[in-house]
Amino acid sequence: MAQTVFAPWDDPNEKPLIQFRNVTKRFGDFTAIDNLSQDIYAREFFALLGPSGCGKTTMMRMLAGFETPTEGQILIAGQDMAGVSPNKRPVNMMFQSYALFPHISVWENIAFGLKREGMEKAKIDARVTEMLRLTRLERFARRKPHQISGGQRQRVALARSLAKAPKLLLLDEPLGALDAKLRQDTQFELMDIQEKTGTTFVIVTHDQEEAMTVASRVAVMDEGQIMQVATPAVIYEQPNSVYVADFIGDVNIIEGAATPQGDGYDIAWAEGQPVLHVKTGKSFAPGQKCFLAIRPEKVGISAEEPTDAANKVQGQIIDIAYLGNLSTYHVQLADGTMMKAQIANTRRLSRRSLTWEDHVWLSWTDTAPVLLES
Amino acid sequence: MRRLVLISVPYLWLLALFLIPFLIVLKISLSDTALAIPPYLPTLDLSEGWVGIKAFFAELDFENFRFLTEDDLYWKAYLSSLQIAAISTLLTLLVGYPIAYGMAMAPDQWRPTLMMLVILPFWTSFLIRVYSWMGILSSEGVLNQFLSWIGLIDQPLTILNTNTAVYIGIVYTYLPFMILPIYATLEKLDGSLLEAAEDLGCSRLSAFWLVTIPLSKQGIIAGCFLVFIPVIGEFVIPSLLGGSGTLMIGKVLWEEFFNNRDWPVASAVAVLLLLILIIPIILFQRNEQKQREREG
Amino acid sequence: MRRMTWFNATSLTLGFAFLYLPMVILVIYSFNESKLVTVWAGFSTKWYGELLRNEAFLDAAWVTVQVAVASSTIATVLGTMAAYVLVRAGRFHGRTLFSGMIYAPLVMPEVITGLSLLLLFIGIGLDRGILTIILAHTTFSMCYVSVVVSSRLVGFDRSLEEAALDLGCTPFESFRLVTLPIIAPAVISGWLLAFTLSLDDLVIASFTAGPSATTLPIKIFSAVRLGVSPEINALSTIMIAIVTVGVITASVISKRATLMQQRDEQAAARTA
Repeated sequence: MAQTVFAPWDDPNEKPLIQFRNVTKRFGDFTAIDNLSQDIYAREFFALLGPSGCGKTTMMRMLAGFETPTEGQILIAGQDMAGVSPNKRPVNMMFQSYALFPHISVWENIAFGLKREGMEKAKIDARVTEMLRLTRLERFARRKPHQISGGQRQRVALARSLAKAPKLLLLDEPLGALDAKLRQDTQFELMDIQEKTGTTFVIVTHDQEEAMTVASRVAVMDEGQIMQVATPAVIYEQPNSVYVADFIGDVNIIEGAATPQGDGYDIAWAEGQPVLHVKTGKSFAPGQKCFLAIRPEKVGISAEEPTDAANKVQGQIIDIAYLGNLSTYHVQLADGTMMKAQIANTRRLSRRSLTWEDHVWLSWTDTAPVLLES
Repeated sequence: MRRLVLISVPYLWLLALFLIPFLIVLKISLSDTALAIPPYLPTLDLSEGWVGIKAFFAELDFENFRFLTEDDLYWKAYLSSLQIAAISTLLTLLVGYPIAYGMAMAPDQWRPTLMMLVILPFWTSFLIRVYSWMGILSSEGVLNQFLSWIGLIDQPLTILNTNTAVYIGIVYTYLPFMILPIYATLEKLDGSLLEAAEDLGCSRLSAFWLVTIPLSKQGIIAGCFLVFIPVIGEFVIPSLLGGSGTLMIGKVLWEEFFNNRDWPVASAVAVLLLLILIIPIILFQRNEQKQREREG
Repeated sequence: MRRMTWFNATSLTLGFAFLYLPMVILVIYSFNESKLVTVWAGFSTKWYGELLRNEAFLDAAWVTVQVAVASSTIATVLGTMAAYVLVRAGRFHGRTLFSGMIYAPLVMPEVITGLSLLLLFIGIGLDRGILTIILAHTTFSMCYVSVVVSSRLVGFDRSLEEAALDLGCTPFESFRLVTLPIIAPAVISGWLLAFTLSLDDLVIASFTAGPSATTLPIKIFSAVRLGVSPEINALSTIMIAIVTVGVITASVISKRATLMQQRDEQAAARTA
């Protein structure tokens, strides 16, 4: 996979394309971005992920030049962007509403930015044609934006923002207006175009699946701060906080106290329950409060007590959510804690033995969970 | 810089041609009538500097306003304007509501045409619309000819140059202002509310009274203000259709200015007219504000 | 629940008869042979001929058109600027006064507006004539224009302007190439409204016109004060005809545009 090789953020010699240096943005009393520093590298597909109001859109609008930082600096290709107006930046943006100019044709929309540069006519023609081909819109060049469908409009917006070959393309919830099926197709199309053009993409989204699918790195944001920046796999498998673990996908969180034991820790989590053992590279003081995060698909479920599992707890099935390919079992443990276990439905429904109110065993290995401080 | 130009051009225009003229009116209303050009005293003499300004202000007084309260022509004219405006607003409502209701109940494909028919008179000269009634209402006019032809009257009725003609003229010219806001609220009215009212035992009439009227209240209020406020200062209708007995403040102001050339009194009349208008204008603004808030 | 009852049909019929009969009668009597406007003496177009030979009316009509074109054009520019300031400029010193000055002329009685402008023109020693009428008309109609345009600007997607900036426009280019074409319908209707208001205005023009410039409404008013005249009927008929044709054309054009848009959108939805 290309992504595993492509890791400029690990290369100390690589110069970042974008640098946020201690950026703070306040709107009146409200702090949208709180002393944030972050580097983004050329050719990255960088996703800003977070709930609404977390500051991700503000970060993007500061890159585009529609907002100015209250404090701190933003550098693009080493140049300080302070005082550079949006029309002078080597940045283009794809708007959430697409912002296609309704009074001119698709062709004119795509040519709009090129004409502002004063590019000669033949070159504009060639470039627009190239963009139309890239986004498979050749047939719709003469149409007005209201004469094409939502998915086509999305591609026009993309073509228009790519036409000027910006160093950096900003995408604000680019797929928000599309339905689920079209959205998946378009995600792959976006990745394909990003790779073909070699442009750096920064995408803002609140959809974690979308961020995981398209991005080379994901920044999970909350309340004006970046909680974690990492590749999708790391974000999912090794979240650095309960917030990130909980925000990305489904997770069971068990609170307890850590005691060093062997190459890991024993977690005391409920009275009268056996301790849970976790292997981890992190270090905790004896008795320190900690959180054990474990994904439902890493939890096994069985009617009989498993003999070889490192961790096992007993409980009763309260609810079963059948999702077609998967089933999620909601199991209540003896102390009242609810845990989820997710099993692939490899067998036919009638052959499965577990049902409501069954007493079952949940089990997992000692490397499956992540141990978190907060 | 560009923003400054954008703001200052319309701003300065309105300051120079709206606010300053109004301040001049205010100033002259506090001055004394004089046989001079301009026909009032004092005039501001800036060459004397601060002393001149002080002397200027010292000479301003409320004499014209005292005069307005002493001569009963003026307060009668104010009262009569308010009365005519109130009665004609009510009449316009009574004529306009059934039309707005009929439009709202009309089939969908008719409504754009009906809308256009209501708006069309807006674009036609106000003066001509008022004038059209002169030929109808005069003693040998179309209406009297018609009434005597069907044998209802022997003697022609005197309508033109009475307050009745003024009411007819006002209702006629201001009708669209009443119809449009009421129609706008009635059109949004959810028909299932009336069905629910009937389902719960209302007769059609009581459903209309208990559901339709309260829900079109906003439109009624807006329409009434849109008629009432401009009618108070109306000049054309009373001077063309009204008689010598028709007292309206707009007409008084006009005559004070053009016939008597008494600028200070005309200005005082204008200031008082505006003071009277402020209350309904503020009420109207508040009503509009409330509606905007309700609609979110 | 639409119910076309007898009551509704009757109130609509009577209501529209009330709105239109006076004008219909006016039009009919403009073709009356007799000078006595109330006695029908046969069909004739002679009053139209008289009207065309009446120099005073023709002069006044020419003045009126000049004033209307000039004032509505300036008012459209200023009103659009004012609307832009109201909707887009955010907070600035004196904003409350500014929006007050935009809305006040809409409710200000014409006699007061007229009087105050006259006193200003006399105060600064400006001779009354075409120029003063234009200044007066511009002032009150720019407020109407700004109300019409700002209602369109409020519903305007701001990201369109941001997109233009993003694609390399200066703020002025973004206004000229994106904002203006999109709000053009509102600007045009603002212009038409200003034009009609100016054509129509009697009171303010009476205060601000001098002996050198008389507008058509002033002329009509002084003529009809003396009573009904067949020439005025003919003039009114011409004005009513122009307005009717104009309004119907405009509504047909806009209806057709809406239908086309709907058809296109349906077609686009099908090809998706």
